[in-house]
Amino acid sequence: MEYEVRKVDEASVVMLQGDIDLESSPQSRKVLLECIEKGSPVLVDMSGVSYIDSSGIASLVEALQKSRQGKCYFALVAVSEGALRVINLARLDKVFLIHGTLEDGLKEAVTS
Amino acid sequence: MDDLLLSFKFYSRPDQLKLVRAKVTEAVTSCGCIGETIQDFVIAVDEACQNIIRHAYQGQPDGEIILEIFKKNDDIVVLLKDFAHTVDPELIKPRDLDDLRPGGLGTHFMQEVMDEVTFMPPPQEGGNLLKMKKRIT
Repeated sequence: MEYEVRKVDEASVVMLQGDIDLESSPQSRKVLLECIEKGSPVLVDMSGVSYIDSSGIASLVEALQKSRQGKCYFALVAVSEGALRVINLARLDKVFLIHGTLEDGLKEAVTS
Repeated sequence: MDDLLLSFKFYSRPDQLKLVRAKVTEAVTSCGCIGETIQDFVIAVDEACQNIIRHAYQGQPDGEIILEIFKKNDDIVVLLKDFAHTVDPELIKPRDLDDLRPGGLGTHFMQEVMDEVTFMPPPQEGGNLLKMKKRIT
């Protein structure tokens, strides 16, 4: 898995790429939690995620819970087809905020 | 008659899972699976291996795992065998999905994407044997 964090307006955009699995999910968890601790909106760009397993989903759930505690905006954007299927299997498609594009996510984050 | 598509021995380390997923993809593609069906087998085997690594071998990195995939008429059958202490299947049963918390989804995923997931009686020599089956036509 590779990741990139960049600041766009007031939001942190975390781009995750490749396979998020038992080997790499501790790293995705760490990156997401560090961004949320800063308190600014966090958008996770998942367009480059080729595979995500239950441990990767767990890192997203933990980040979501942490964001709720800190009242920090947290959303997934441009989720790849494969990753979206796994999110649906976990019945989390109505739990996460999911935007089709990064632009949509940024607009929503600013107005929230 | 059973047609062996894959027999693969590997060790109980997270860094082996990418290779396992590639082997599963190759095996089920070779007998005509496409698209989501390939993904179903990849998800099921990956999650089952995670359970073995985390719950059976409890992070011990040198445990052996044997994966076998067969085609049997219109079904694909997956067998996963390990040599760890025998795990009570009750401990890895799926959780209530309404209970939002990290973890506990792997067994749910396996049951969602396979037609059958069976924890077989422990082999005489110890360890665990998992059988999963899915019809592909």
